[in-house]
Amino acid sequence: MTTELQHNRRQFLKITATVGGGMMLGFSWLKPYGEAEGAGIITDFIELNGYLKIAPDATGKGSVITILSPNPEVGQNVKTSMPMIVAEELCANWKDVVVEQAPLNTAVFKRQVAGGSQSIRQTWATLRNAGATAKHLLVEAAAQQWGVPASECEASGSFVKHSPSDRRASFGSLAAAAAKLTPPAPEAVKLKDPSEFTLIGTSQGNVDMEAILTGKPVFGLDQKVPGMLYSTALRPPAFGQKLKSYDDKAARAVNGVKDVFKFGNDNKIAVVAISTWAAIKGKKALQAVWEDEGTLESTATQYEAMRQKLDEAAAQPKRNDGDVKAAFATADKVIERVFEAPYLPHNPMEPGNFFANVTADKVELSGPAQAPERFRKEVADLLKRDENTVSIGLTRMGGGFGRRLRGDFVLEAAEISSLAKAPVQHVYTREDDMTAGIYRPACMYKFRAAIKGGQLVGYHLTGAGLNAGNVVRENFFPVGAIEHCLMESHDMPSKVTTGPWRAPVTNFLASAEQSFFDEIAEALGKDPVQFRIELFERARTNPVGKFEYDAERSISVMKLASEKSNWGKAPVGIHQGFSAYFCHNSYVAEVAEVKMEGRKPVVKRVVCAVDCGIVINPVAAINQCEGGVIDGIGHAMYGDFTLEKGKPQQDNFDKFRLIRMGEQPAVEVHFVKSNIDPTGLGEPTLPPAGGAVANAFYKATGQRVYVQPFVKVMKNLG
Amino acid sequence: MAKYNITVNGKKHKVEADPDTPLLWVLRDNLGLYGTKYGCGIGECGTCTIHYNGNAMRSCSMTVADVGEAAITTIEGLSPDASHPLQQAWREHDVPQCGYCQAGQIMSAAALLATTPNPDDEEIDAAMYANICRCGTYNYIKAAIKTAAGKM
Repeated sequence: MTTELQHNRRQFLKITATVGGGMMLGFSWLKPYGEAEGAGIITDFIELNGYLKIAPDATGKGSVITILSPNPEVGQNVKTSMPMIVAEELCANWKDVVVEQAPLNTAVFKRQVAGGSQSIRQTWATLRNAGATAKHLLVEAAAQQWGVPASECEASGSFVKHSPSDRRASFGSLAAAAAKLTPPAPEAVKLKDPSEFTLIGTSQGNVDMEAILTGKPVFGLDQKVPGMLYSTALRPPAFGQKLKSYDDKAARAVNGVKDVFKFGNDNKIAVVAISTWAAIKGKKALQAVWEDEGTLESTATQYEAMRQKLDEAAAQPKRNDGDVKAAFATADKVIERVFEAPYLPHNPMEPGNFFANVTADKVELSGPAQAPERFRKEVADLLKRDENTVSIGLTRMGGGFGRRLRGDFVLEAAEISSLAKAPVQHVYTREDDMTAGIYRPACMYKFRAAIKGGQLVGYHLTGAGLNAGNVVRENFFPVGAIEHCLMESHDMPSKVTTGPWRAPVTNFLASAEQSFFDEIAEALGKDPVQFRIELFERARTNPVGKFEYDAERSISVMKLASEKSNWGKAPVGIHQGFSAYFCHNSYVAEVAEVKMEGRKPVVKRVVCAVDCGIVINPVAAINQCEGGVIDGIGHAMYGDFTLEKGKPQQDNFDKFRLIRMGEQPAVEVHFVKSNIDPTGLGEPTLPPAGGAVANAFYKATGQRVYVQPFVKVMKNLG
Repeated sequence: MAKYNITVNGKKHKVEADPDTPLLWVLRDNLGLYGTKYGCGIGECGTCTIHYNGNAMRSCSMTVADVGEAAITTIEGLSPDASHPLQQAWREHDVPQCGYCQAGQIMSAAALLATTPNPDDEEIDAAMYANICRCGTYNYIKAAIKTAAGKM
């Protein structure tokens, strides 16, 4: 195991002590980290609170500031950007900061989840307060030491300074004294005004950069402990099948296979081996017989059922403003369009895996997890253990996109370790990862627009999805901007398992909706951007009911995208498409530019304007926004996933097409300058991307695209 | 099990493995070189890219028995101190998001620059097409390759 994966407090401190040195009295003010292991005296570092530790550096003159990053890192850069927030308020020199990944500890940390683009938004205040409180203590300690008023001292660059007497002391040298002070009342702690920020808003490199560049073991699959075995599992090949019988003779004959057994309600077969390869080979050698339970679903029949559902009224509409029936009955013109999208696997590059060591008195788990708190409870329930005896260490994740919000791989690992009575690294092959379930639900929408007197007066959206929950967003645009608005959602049962996929629901809803608005604008003879701005103006000045978005911020982000892309004034041969969306508390507008290369429409550039409030770490924020755009385009254009008799037809990257180098457009990201509290960026740039491209394709080819993936219906897309 | 002598990052290693074991798993499970990643197992994603006598190859799609006398280089052996021009460029552009595919990306790019010191866009696209980045850092990767080009 690497240092990062260790979650035993004393072990952790032992390791860091060799770096920091110094023997000091321990101090713990928030609930101590790992209470059960005995807090009390800590001999090396001074723990000021749950988030940071401060110690003198090796020379004794400087400081080593260790910040524990509590949230799981899935590529969204929280391991760098969250500690930046602490360091800003602490007035630390970023070069003195060492970031460590915290294990799951709900007694200390709030919401240790990577999902919903909420990490920064929901911890912003906590992180700032942690840093500011520590600074308050250090300043107080310096003032007492020097016999001067704290108001005459100031902190910057990991030092406290007293200008009148020209004295300064490093945070490290003050930490021991600061630790003995009574923590200040929360109201005594002062936060900076955003204009005083010196670290937030500057680009800082990924804190795991060196490990990534040199191949250090930081991911879940890289874990190894003495005596560890490797396991794989054979699961029903089709949704709706169960295990009838199996023959494990050939599997047991594979060199290195130690054990084969049933688990998972007797519906799966585990192969435990001394190497990953032996576990994979053993699984392939299993002979299993499966039986159907009821009718097995296929894509064609599922799509037909959804299409039919779109013509039904929902028992309870999600939104019903004005009188939609009358608006459509008296309309000059009605536009009606149906959009469809398939299931999508998440396909994180690191397939599902988890380490588990289940012994008589405890359950040690470690690996890539987006929702460790829930997984801990699920494992405790499954193994009938006290939750306090279950620990989860968090590794860096090789992507997630929502897949690691579901804990099937953690539960399998725990059950297999428990039955094998050994520590195991449980591994999903790529085929397992793609076929074991949990997909973006397949979904369809029917949009209807009522036009009267050259205005959009009525809007009727009906959605139908498989295991999809509510597939409309009844508090998002265009709600608030249209007098008569009806939204209905049908959640249809299916045996195929689903889950949140990057920007759940809106990942397709926005693409379809923004394509439909392009068509309405065209029917009204209006510029697509101007048409939207008029609607948002209506929502701003004379809103219909209540909604979640801020119309003014929506308008300003659209204007920024329009300005930066030179909207409407593109050179000959460049075809622009517009799309804008609000979700996950952030505002995004995108302009896609398409050029015909022979008969092939090619997306050359996307201009993306974003309002996420304060931008913490620009270089990573831009990367995140670009990634969302490219991911959105890739899946809208190429991502297809189908079922025949319950069996997934795509099981690896030779059959499931992901966007590749050379197929991505250039992406230009522009942020709205803002002092509003920050919101997330992991998801918001993805939903509008498909619509922007579809609208640009229409300009370039005259063809509207209603089907995802676009390659299915656009012959020349390649 | 059979015994093999393979040369990885300039060092000879004795390994015991079944002849059909992909080099990928020998690197990871036997030698503890975790920088080479498992992504698909069929040579379609590029996360397991290594150098075989200087050429970019997918270590999931060659067996330990195929290695013979060849010199194998992994990300751990690309440079002694993470100073390869590509590693420097990756740092400068802050390329990674999740980071999982990046070792494979760098190994593919290094093989490209070794034969084509100043690749144009099309040459980069062709050489890097085999490496998927699910986070979509392609433009960052391309920019970093261009920064490193000519510095080999």
